[in-house]
Parts: sequence; structure tokens; C-alpha cells
Amino acid sequence: MTTEISQETILSRTSWLKRLTNGLRILYASPATAVGTTIFILFVLMALFGPMLAPYGFNEQIYTDARQPPSPTHWFGTDNLGRDVFSRVVLGARDILRLSGLGTILAVISGTTFGLVSGYWGGLFDEILMRIFDSLLAMPALLLALLLLGTLGPSENSVLVVILIVYTPIVARVVRSVVLSVKTRAFVEAARLQGESLGRILFREILPSVLPALTVEAALRFSYAIFLVASLGFLGVGVQPPNPNWGLMVSEARQNVSQLPWALYFPAGAIAVVVIGVNLMADGLKRILQAGD
Amino acid sequence: MKWNGRCIISESNNTLLSIRSLTIAYQHGNEWLEAVRDFSLDIGHGETVGLVGESGSGKSTVALAIMRYLGQGGRVVAGEVWLNGRNLLALSPTQMRHIWGRQLSMVPQDPLSSLNPSIRVGEQLAEALRHHMGMGQTTAAQRAVELLEMVRVPDPERVARSYPHQISGGMQQRVMIAMALGTEPQMLVLDEPTTNLDVTTQAAVLDLFRELIQRQNTAVLYVTHNLGVVARICNRVTVLYAGEQVEDAPTADLFRQPLHPYSQGLLDSVPQLGQHKSQASLQGISGHIPALGERPSGCVFAPRCTLAVDECYEKRPSWESLPNGRFVRCHRWAEIASGDISTRHPAQASTPPKPQPQSQPPLLTLDNVQVHFGLGRSLADTLARKPPAKVRAVDGISLTMQQGETIGLVGESGSGKTTLARAIIGLEPRTNGQMTFCQIPLPPTLSERTLETLRHLQYVFQNPEEALNPYLTIGETLRRPFITLLGYNRQQADTAVRHLLQQVKLPPHYADRLPHQLSGGEKQRIAIARAFATNPDLLIADEAVSALDVSVQAAILNLLAELQTERQNALLFISHDLAVVGYLADRIAVMYVGKLMELTETAVLLEPPYHPYTEALLSAVPITNPEVSQEHIRLEGDVPSQTNVPSGCPFHPRCPRYLGDICANQTPPWQTTRQGKQIFCHIPVDELQQIQKPVLREHHASEAHNG
Amino acid sequence: MAKYILRRLSFLALTLILTSLLVFAVTQFVPGDVARIVLGREAGEEALEAFREKFGLNDPLPVQYLRWLGNFVTGDWGESISTRSDIYPIVMERLRNSLQLAAITLIISVPLATLLGVIAGLNENRLADNLISVASLSVVGLPEFVTGLILIEVFSRRLNLLPANSSVRQGTPFMDALPMLILPAITATLVLLAYIARLTRAGVVEELKKPYVRTAVLKGLPYRTVIVKHVLRNALLPTITIIAISFGWLISGLIVIENVFNYPGLGRLLVFAIDRRDLPLMQAVTMVTVLGFALANLAADLLYAYLNPRIRLD
Repeated sequence: MTTEISQETILSRTSWLKRLTNGLRILYASPATAVGTTIFILFVLMALFGPMLAPYGFNEQIYTDARQPPSPTHWFGTDNLGRDVFSRVVLGARDILRLSGLGTILAVISGTTFGLVSGYWGGLFDEILMRIFDSLLAMPALLLALLLLGTLGPSENSVLVVILIVYTPIVARVVRSVVLSVKTRAFVEAARLQGESLGRILFREILPSVLPALTVEAALRFSYAIFLVASLGFLGVGVQPPNPNWGLMVSEARQNVSQLPWALYFPAGAIAVVVIGVNLMADGLKRILQAGD
Repeated sequence: MKWNGRCIISESNNTLLSIRSLTIAYQHGNEWLEAVRDFSLDIGHGETVGLVGESGSGKSTVALAIMRYLGQGGRVVAGEVWLNGRNLLALSPTQMRHIWGRQLSMVPQDPLSSLNPSIRVGEQLAEALRHHMGMGQTTAAQRAVELLEMVRVPDPERVARSYPHQISGGMQQRVMIAMALGTEPQMLVLDEPTTNLDVTTQAAVLDLFRELIQRQNTAVLYVTHNLGVVARICNRVTVLYAGEQVEDAPTADLFRQPLHPYSQGLLDSVPQLGQHKSQASLQGISGHIPALGERPSGCVFAPRCTLAVDECYEKRPSWESLPNGRFVRCHRWAEIASGDISTRHPAQASTPPKPQPQSQPPLLTLDNVQVHFGLGRSLADTLARKPPAKVRAVDGISLTMQQGETIGLVGESGSGKTTLARAIIGLEPRTNGQMTFCQIPLPPTLSERTLETLRHLQYVFQNPEEALNPYLTIGETLRRPFITLLGYNRQQADTAVRHLLQQVKLPPHYADRLPHQLSGGEKQRIAIARAFATNPDLLIADEAVSALDVSVQAAILNLLAELQTERQNALLFISHDLAVVGYLADRIAVMYVGKLMELTETAVLLEPPYHPYTEALLSAVPITNPEVSQEHIRLEGDVPSQTNVPSGCPFHPRCPRYLGDICANQTPPWQTTRQGKQIFCHIPVDELQQIQKPVLREHHASEAHNG
Repeated sequence: MAKYILRRLSFLALTLILTSLLVFAVTQFVPGDVARIVLGREAGEEALEAFREKFGLNDPLPVQYLRWLGNFVTGDWGESISTRSDIYPIVMERLRNSLQLAAITLIISVPLATLLGVIAGLNENRLADNLISVASLSVVGLPEFVTGLILIEVFSRRLNLLPANSSVRQGTPFMDALPMLILPAITATLVLLAYIARLTRAGVVEELKKPYVRTAVLKGLPYRTVIVKHVLRNALLPTITIIAISFGWLISGLIVIENVFNYPGLGRLLVFAIDRRDLPLMQAVTMVTVLGFALANLAADLLYAYLNPRIRLD
């Protein structure tokens, strides 16, 4: 008897695994999302194994090879300091994906916490928190980011804090709206009538219903975070040289764009490709997860 | 000779709409699955035909196919739809534009979403008149007002200038009717047009349909799941099950002698007004409607049919034409017609718990319970110190309930019945009044109540789709009450879950399933099982069967009665359906806008005197028994909003027996009749006794259904 | 309706107060001593103290906040730390430039985007829709500095049609400045275009599925009437809100675009201020932008409420 029911945990896990493989299968069913997912996976691999792929260091200056167009030795050419553009683009993947990924994860965690608590409790706490978030959202994202960076000064940690503060309210609102619609559902009320604890109600009864919307939102936030990190790099207020941030590379290459266009186009292209890829994937996720099972 | 005449007429020019072997498929992934198979029907001028089926039967699909509006996922695979000698399925969309509105109109189920939210009602009526009837701006606008008057909309000029959201649901449906009939089509398709309306409003709208259809000699296809509605309005009925037409007969014949086992089951699933569980339990139909891809190859009903023989599983029955104008699709119809076999068993009564006498200490008492709440106030309103708009959902209810008793609480939408239930259960804190449970004061909110109280006071929710967490297995859902409320360990809880599943007649392996793998009826069984897990003294069931198909509903009602017999618990059963309440309850409480109107033993419910509201309710309930006729009492207007409860007796603005100022100004007294009914009314009970006739009367069959 | 306007206005006031608090608070967290940052390392203790006294830095924070807010409301925005000049006239001039660019962008993008969105929505999953959807999805993914640089490369370097540098001088007549505005405006348009078109499409697709469309079709009305009179009336109403939301994108986009083209707007001024850690200038630019954004949103909300009978008649 116990064996029979303890199978259930395994069963529900296999059903999650099944869901994952099903999800991947559906992601690959539509050509657009298949391209997006593939791009995303390639860039993640690039971030993970970048140092093994890159022939040179990100700040390794080969004076003899400066200002070279793309060639078999330097696939993407070199910049005016003699740095290999291909190596910098490859190594930059880790930098930008780490910053935007970590920032997104932080924002998702804090946004989920705020959204769950605020949505379930309601009342004054909810009211105050939402007004604060409203005022954060009353500032265009980049403006808020610049204001914060102007205060904190340019550094990687500042960029993380910026992503956290800019995206927490957005994630919190998404989570909160799902919580608001779920908490009055009969199954949550039934749990209350069965004397369940608050923790169980929040995390076992409500959270699973939030996950689909949260996954989609996280994917979207991630793509905007990449965008933001690159834009801040371009404006010169985010991470500082010689970091191989693609936005920063574009900004540095602008001065010599007529002589060394490759130094600009390859990092710019990398940004475009990864953002479009993640966007396509988020679009697909949205269709799968929010169309119902 | 009579049937012969009928046949000649229907074969002649009188046929307006003729559907021939219509087969419709829906796309599921890469497959096309047949939703409706081989559907044939003739409708003559001025004839009203009911198309009856449960959810998933394909009845709305047929309606949309006739309208040529199936949408992208649907396709007519075969068949023809002839209207006035033209096959609609062969017409181009441009040609259809001359037919739509002019010859063929439709009234849909949900009037609010079917009206354009940002165009005034008058203009929505007038545009079709200008387009089809060649009217000018002013003529069309005037005619729109006349049409509103025709469908008995009070103050038609004002309504014509209104936007849809400004008028009530009943008014919106009248607007849809005016819109459909305004262009004087010959054929009208009605798709569940009264399903979302309250029963008193429904009765008035049905009267209106009957009158207008007769006046304009319109042919009607009336699509519904409600047999009572069919009985009231249709000349003939076609029964659809799982995409297959199973029976077609004149209405009275079908109700008197259904020939298909499914028709029989459907009729027996619905409790009649006055039928009580102690006399006979409901027959019902076991199992559930097969999903689109899982329909059996033989007779589609065979898996649920108690009369099925081998042939039924192997061979699809043909559409037999019977000499008296009837059709049936069953291998064994002749045996059924001769009375040799029947799905109907001799009545089997359940033995419900005997409620303890009133002298015993009560289980639950409510003393002047009120639930008032402010409408959502914004911060700005609070800052401006605006008094909140007050909703008087429950407005002073007193009631006692004995151990083992079943009380049925009946009321239309906005009566506050659900709020009262939620106040008792603790989900909606009362704002005033006292409650005791087992002679102990019951605190208003859930958090103040002990686990012991929760254990003895349980609830079954209305909608089984929402009652179970979609992400938890059935086993986990059912295990929780044993662990949290009874302190079982995991192993004990698992044993208990298996036992519980058995009691609600589900196999033990269901513990491993997720809710989406269950049918609606099975989900409601789980929800009931969860509520019974802790062996509560009082179970509150709020519209526990209203989201279910009728054939499934019967089984759930029986299950509730059975479990109650076994556990001897008290039951507060809440429903808008007087017949269902009457079937289960020992006593019935009638609620209207937050107040009790009448409290009566079920046995004397049908005997006058009644509260005038109860009288109107009894008269409005659609009944399926052709041997019974109903008194004709119709209420004006709609149930008032809870934010604006009428003074004095809340029923006075609609009361057909309105006395005068006393009703509008003074709270009525509680009076007791000879049978022990309690009535909240100014009219003395003796006077009521004199002026009221029994609402339901049995009479000779020949008088019935000649309209 | 009056109640709605009142509620909306009180909401606006609250948001602005909270935002100003935030702007003020953020600048309090600047590491180090403001006087020291401004006066440099060589400044003596006396000079520092005099500076603090002069700018009220020794007062308690609430007092500083109220004084700062009061000054802001009365137009006394103080002196820029880096340029030692009055902030108000600089910001106003830059604001004018930014508004000019924003206006041109909106005039091009809103009608075009709405049109594309409607076309895509009416042709759901057909060729036109797929083309528009894929194109807009790709443009959404491109950061403004990438699109801007591509446009410069094509129209300025290759074709030599338009200037790459848009550093308009003060007092340049509009017609002379116009060529310099075109490339930045196109860049901003591309961002908005994709965003607005995608949301408009979604609105049209959603609206087409509503039952009232069926009612209109089954009345036998001509297709054009059904679409124009029934569907678009409802589908285009939310576009007002969409456009309001897109102001946020536009502002973010313009900050980057102004820096790509060296256009003398608020965005460029802000990045300049951050570079120099010029706090009063940062505060002023931020407050002006937030105020503008909030007013634009308010206008959109009121227009929406006015056009929507479900709100207007409540």
C-alpha cells in the first residue's frame, strides 16, 4: 500500500520531466522558437566554455596585429589596441550573461517574495508596497537605472543592484496579480478550511500556479536585462574598460568606425542575436505556458 | 390518422429548414475529430424544435453550423443545410450576408458579451434595420424603440440611449431578442438563451419568446440542456448525445414515453418538484460523456447503458423512423416501446438520518446574522473620507439547525445565500449577529476558530474545476485533512485515503492522478470526499451540482444522500434550483436579497399558503412532467442590487400581491401557518390561504401541451 | 467621470511625491562628502563648512527635502556643480529639444504602428501577419545604439544623405535643424513601431474573438462595417494606453539615441551630469522627465476614460 502511494511522488516527478521534454519538443515545433532556443543554448555554451574557445585573452594586446581586418588568424579582426575582437566577443558573453542572468535571478526572487506576500496579505502593507513600486515604475527603466548608477558609481555590483531595483517591481506585479486571482479560488480556500499553515498555502498551494507566468516574465526580464547591461555599457556608465562588455566595445569602436568597422559590428551583432534569440524563446514560452495545458 | 397528417405537412412546402446528414469535425492537433455525426432535422414554418444535450453533445456546434459560423477549428465534413430551398453550406460569405439577419437570426447564451460594449443599444438595433429593411436614420431609430417596447423593456427610450453595461442581464437578453426578431427572419436559432438568467427572469423571457414566435410565425431551433425549458416552449425535441442524434419526438410523447435509454436516463436524472429522497432515489446515468477522441464505435451510449447487449458495442444503430412521427437510434427500441425492458428500476428509497427533535440542543444557531461590506475603496476615496458604498449581502438571518438535519437554502442570484454559507464557514466574516456551533460560540473569522471546529464544519465548493489544486495529485489533496486536522501520520493517512476513495466510488489508483485527468463529476466526488474526510457534524454544500451535467448531477446528489445516511451528519444544501433542494432537504429556507422570506418543511412546500415570492418561484420553475400544470405568475423587473435594498419588505417592488404602503415602509412580521410554515409577509396567512391556489396541479394528459 | 478624474489626479500627486522622495533619497546615498566632492581635495575645512552651510547640508533631512522640493516647484533649481551655471534655463532648452524629437517620432510612429498592427491582427497567422510579426520581433531585439549606428552607416556614410551628427545649436531654425532630426527620429520610431504594432495586433486579435463580433456578422452587416464600426472602435481604444506605456520606452530610447547622435536633449544632459556626478543637475533632469512622463500618462488615461463609455458613464 505504501509502495503504491509513494510511487506518486516519483510519478509526479516524471510528469514534470515529461512536461520539460514536452516543453522542449513544443519549443522546437515552431521554427521561430526553435531558432531562439538554439541561439540561447549556443550563447550559454559560449559563456560556459568561452575561455576554452577564445584564442586570446580579453585584454591581450598584440601590437603587431593592431587594426587588422577579419582573417583566418583573427576571425573578427582586431581593434586599434591590437586586441582580438573574436576573443573579446566570446569572452564578453560570459560577462553579459552573468550580469544580466544574476540580476534577473535576484529580481525574480525578490519580486516573487514581495508579490506573494503582498498579494496574499493585502491590506496596508500591500497598499504601501504597491505605491512604492508604482513610483519606481513611474520612471522609465533606463532613467531609473541612470539615476541609481549616478549615485552608486559605475561598477559591476552597481549594475546588479540596478537590475534588481528596476525589475523587482515588475516581477512583483506579475506575481501579485496571479496571487490575487488564485487566492480567492476554491482550492486555496479549501486549504484554509483544512487548517493548512500559511507557509504551505503560499508555497505549496499558490506558488505552482504562479510559475508559468513567472517563467515567461523571467525570460522577458532576462532579455531586457541583456539589453540594459549593453546600453549602460554603451553609455559608459556601467562596467568600465577594459571589460569586454559588448555595449562598451561598440562605444569604444565608434571613434574608428570608418577604419575598423568590424570592431563595432561584431559586438553589436552579438547583442542583437542574443536578445532576439531570448525574445523568440520567451515568445514561445508564453504561447506554451499561458495557453493552458 | 393524425400522425399521417403531420407527415404530409412536413414533407410538403411547409418545411423551412432541412438539415440532411450533417457531419462536423473539429481540428485537434493534426487530426480532424467528428464532433457531430449524421445529423438530420426538419423544421416547419412556425414550429419550435428543441435540441437537447449535455455539454460536449455538439448541440452548439450544430447551431453554429446552421449559422455558417463554425470558426477556424471547425469544418462541415458532409451534409446539407437547406433554408427556403437553398443549401446554405454552398453559399459564399457575400451571399450569406443577405441571409443573416434577414432570413436567419441567432440569440446567443451570453447577452452582455454579445453586445458591442461601446455602441448604444438603440444604434445596435437600428443598424440592422437600416441595412436589411431599407429604413432611414430616424425611422430605424424609432423602430428600435418600438422593438424594445415589443420585448417589454420598461422605459425603452432610455434603454435605447444606454450602453449595454448600464442595463441588467434580463434586459440585455431582451435586447438580443429584439435584435434577432427586428428584421423579421423566418428562422431563429436560440443557443441557451436563458441559461444565465435567474429562474423568475427566465420564465418571463420564455413567455416572451412564445408570444413573439407565434405572432411572427417564426420557426425556431431552441438549443438547451434544460428539459424543463423544452417542455415549456417546444413542439418537438431532438436529443443529442456525444455528437449523435439518439431520439426525435413530439415533446409530450418524449416526456411520456422516452424510447432511447439515454432520454429515459436524462428525464430520470432531474428531480421533479415535490420529489424527495425518502420516496425514491434518482436514477441517473453512470459514467460520463466520452471525450471527442474517445467515442465508441458501436452505439455511443453503450458504455453507460444498462440495457446494452453485444450488438450495441459492435454495430452503430440506424436512425429508425417510427410510424407516429418519431425517430430513435437504438437497437432495442422496439423492446423498450413494448415495455419489455426499461432502464427504470422500481423506486429505491434512501433512509436519510432522522433529524433530532427540536427539543434537543441545536447543532447550529444563527441569530440575526448580517454580512455587510464596503465596496473596494481606493486610497483616494479613503483620503476623501467618502463613506463606502455598502453591500447588504446578508441582512439579519436567524435559523437553527438540528443534529442530522438537512436544510435547503434556495434563492436567486444576489439573494446572499452563498455569502451566508461563507459567513458560517468563516471565509466571509459576519459584521453582526451571533452564531453557535455545538452550543459553543462560533467566532467570525477562520483564524479565530480552533482546528476542532474546522474539523466538524466542512464545505463543498460550487465549481469542481476550481476546488482542486491543479498541481497536486488527488492523493495529496485527500491526505491533507487527515494530517492537519486529525493528526494522522503519512501511512495512516494513505490507508484512510484509499478507504475514502472507495466510499465515493472511485478506484484507489486515482490517488496518483492529477485533477485534469478527471471528469467534472469525478472531481466533485473528490471534493466531497475531502469534505467528508474528517467526519464533520455539519457539511455545507454550495451549489454543489449546478456546474455539472444533469446525468452526472443525479449521481452526485445520490452520493451526498448516501454518505449522509452513513455518517448521520447535518447538511446545509444551497442551490438556486428549488427541485434539487426539495429532493434533498427536510426543511427549506427561501432567501431574497439578504433576508429569509419563508421557512417550511419540505413535505408541505407545495401546499398553499406561500410567501408571494415562493409562489412566484414555484410558478417559474420549468417542470418536465406533462401531467402537471403550473399557475402562471410572472414577476416584473429583476432581483434588486444588494447595494440598494428596497425598504420595508425587500420583495415589495416586484410583489404581485403588493398591499400598499405598509409593504414599502414596514418590516413584515413572521407568521406561522397551520402546517407550521413560517412566512415573512404583511398579508395575514388566512388571507393568503384564501387567495392562493396550489401552484402545481395534476390534470389529465389530454389537456397538456397543446400550444 | 468626475470621480474618476479626481481619483486619477490624487494618484498622480501621490506618485510624484513618492518619486521626488525617491530622487531625493537616492542622492543622499552618494558615498563620500558632497562638499568634498564638489570643492575638491584641496579645500580647507572652513570652505567645506561654508559650502555645507550655504547649501543647507547641515539641516535635518526632512528639512532639506522640503526645501529642495519647494525650490523645485518654484522654479529655483539651483546651480549646476560642474558648469557653475543656472540649471533651469539649460534644462528647459534641452527639454524643448527632446520634446521636438519625441513629437516627430510620435507623429511618424503612432499612425504607422497602429496601421501595421491592425493589418497584422486582421490577417492573423497569414503572410502579412507573419512578416510584420517577425520584423517587429527582430527590431524589438535591437538596442537603439545598434539601429542608430546601422542607420548612420547606411544613410550618412554610404549614401551621404543625412548628417551623422545631430548636435543642433541653440537657436537654429526648425527647418535647418530638421535634417539632423531625421535619423534620430527614425531610430526612435523603429523602437516604438515594433512595440506599438505588436500590442495593437494582440488587441485586434483578442477583439475579433469576442462574441459581439459574431453578433455583428450574423446581423448580415457588410465586412467593412463589422471591422470599422464594431471591431476597431473597441480594439483601438487600448492603443491609447499602449501609446502611454510606450512613452516610457521612448524616453529610455531617446536617452541612448541622443548619445548616439550627439543630440542636445535631456538624455545627453543626464549622462553628462552622471559623468560629472553633478547631483543638482541629475535631480532636475530626472524630476522633469518623470513629471513629463506622468503628465503624458495622465492625459492618455483621461482620454481613454472619456472615449470608453464603461468608465465615462460610471
